[in-house]
Amino acid sequence: MLKQKAILFDATLCVGCGECYSACKEANHLPETNSDFLKDHLGANTYTVVEQYEDVYSRKLCMHCVDPTCVSVCPVAAFTKTELGAVIYDEDKCLGCRYCMQACPHHIPRYEWSKVNPRVRKCIMCYDRIKNGDQTACAEACPAEATIFGDRDELIEIAKQRLAENPDNYYQHIYGLEEAGGTNVLVLSPVPFDKLGFATNLPKEPLPTYTAKALEKIPGVVAGGGAFLAAMYWLTKRKNKIAEEEKQSNITKE
Amino acid sequence: MIPKITFWRVVAVIIVIAGLYSTYLRLFGGLSASTNLSDDFPWGLWIGFDILVGVGLAAGGFSICAIVHIFNIEKYKPLARPAILTAFLGYLLVIFGLMYDLGKPYNIWHAIIYWNPRSVMFEVAWCVMLYTSVLFLEFIPVVLEKYKLHKLLKFMKKVGIPIMIVGVILSTLHQSSLGSLFLIIPQKMSQIWYSPLLPVYFYISAIGAGLSMVIFEAYLSARAFNKGIEADLLSRVGLISVIVLMIGFVIKLIDLIVSGNINLLLTINNYSLLYYLEVLIGIFIPFGLLIQKSFRENRRWLYASAVMIISGFLLNRLNVSISSISPETGVSYFPSINEISVTLMLIVLGMWAFKLIAKNFPVFTEEIHHEEFEAKLNETTIAN
Ligand code: SF4
Ligand code: SF4
Ligand code: SF4
Repeated sequence: MLKQKAILFDATLCVGCGECYSACKEANHLPETNSDFLKDHLGANTYTVVEQYEDVYSRKLCMHCVDPTCVSVCPVAAFTKTELGAVIYDEDKCLGCRYCMQACPHHIPRYEWSKVNPRVRKCIMCYDRIKNGDQTACAEACPAEATIFGDRDELIEIAKQRLAENPDNYYQHIYGLEEAGGTNVLVLSPVPFDKLGFATNLPKEPLPTYTAKALEKIPGVVAGGGAFLAAMYWLTKRKNKIAEEEKQSNITKE
Repeated sequence: MIPKITFWRVVAVIIVIAGLYSTYLRLFGGLSASTNLSDDFPWGLWIGFDILVGVGLAAGGFSICAIVHIFNIEKYKPLARPAILTAFLGYLLVIFGLMYDLGKPYNIWHAIIYWNPRSVMFEVAWCVMLYTSVLFLEFIPVVLEKYKLHKLLKFMKKVGIPIMIVGVILSTLHQSSLGSLFLIIPQKMSQIWYSPLLPVYFYISAIGAGLSMVIFEAYLSARAFNKGIEADLLSRVGLISVIVLMIGFVIKLIDLIVSGNINLLLTINNYSLLYYLEVLIGIFIPFGLLIQKSFRENRRWLYASAVMIISGFLLNRLNVSISSISPETGVSYFPSINEISVTLMLIVLGMWAFKLIAKNFPVFTEEIHHEEFEAKLNETTIAN
């Protein structure tokens, strides 16, 4: 079994230089979208952004959920959770229903709204690079080691260590450890996470379990429903027939 | 023969022209040229109305089918064909409408080859595909009858019952699953509408509103060609419809109380007002009316109630799929004029197709007296 890879982003270390932003654009051949990277938003041509919240810089990118909602909702399995942990997308399968966008708890996938053959777009954890054993472009570019790349379990240990060693610097929580089942992007912050625009109202269990509970009932509905309907058909038919016969015999009696 | 120019015909032609223009924009400019959808609001009117309302209102097809052919309550038989035709056309329109909404409509068949059984959307896609075929088979006898193909007709009658049973099961599955689509976004929806029971509510309300659609359809048909359905039958359908909807409301009420979300209804805001509007129009007023014999047997009140139920249903689906959803970014959505014109065009096309088929095929089997279907009823037609 390959080890799951992950990204650890530590907002206390981020200097807001935007190197990850530029590196991502370059690695994924994305055109320029804003001359001031701090004013840019996630978009069809922007997989990651650096955001400023008062004196804290934070990043947005796909969280690469452990049990990703986007993978579970796509009717044609255009999204895949790879064994390395990256969540990737196959534009040739996609039909453009946008259920992935509606359902993503981190509000990540973006769409090429103005194109006639639109694609869903999001960070793919530089899948081609990490497949070859390299780190992601954003981690490589980061001069402050605010974004680092590695094995998920190791990064979790590092995160725990940082929280324990410098308790005053951190808000005591590792975002991504168990949000909606956990993510392969882990985040540390000096302030509560809702202050940095992260979704803090997510349940602990992965969201796909919510729909699984409904889908589980299908075999029962089919079997039970089929038996019930067939029985009803037979019973009511018989009842009608008996009523008919009685009517007939009454007529003959008279 | 040149068709007579009437007010509604002119309106219909204008709608179709506007719809065609929007179609052009959609085809050559993509979704951003034709819709107000955005990364914050990826689903809009075309999902909320064309799919959710379209499929829901077609539920009269399987409901009546079950009553007549499976529960063998023969007296409702005259309703079966119009209901099946409505459903069949309804599903064709849903699929047609989906072509507008999908980003890559030419990939729609991918659902057949790329499977993802964990996806509710995958299940809905398959059910809709299969059920549309079932509806075709259910309607085929009408065509065979017209062309007097008795041998085939006999065969169809033999396989009829299993097909109907399959149809009812498929409908049960996807009518409820349209509600399950939203189970995966608990954190995004107002808790007034979000509930693990969403699939149950979708199922119950579709049956209730689908039955009202049968009444509505009978009314329009009666106006169009003085053919239609016995009033007595329709008023019974009206009664079943409101009782079903009321049962749905009672379950919802218990659900709200148990989950503690009932509080949300005690504060007055846009959400609670929309909810009150939805149940008032869609359930309470029609229930209050149709539960009384005198109103139920008065055609005008019956039709008015059916229209209210349908409107309430429409509001419910739009509430669940649009109003209840608040992305963190606080962006809101209102459909563009193009989205609206395409939707209206689909309705007009559906009505035309129904009229054309009902005129040329034995859909209505009984003649009725038309004195009561005269003018003055225009108000009702506006409702859709
Ligand atoms: S953050 Fe959204 S897009 Fe990324 S893996 Fe999770 S569900 Fe998918
Ligand atoms: S838009 Fe494409 S990738 Fe997203 S759920 Fe639909 S088919 Fe799958
Ligand atoms: S992992 Fe790669 S694709 Fe994702 S934000 Fe970093 S550079 Fe961009």
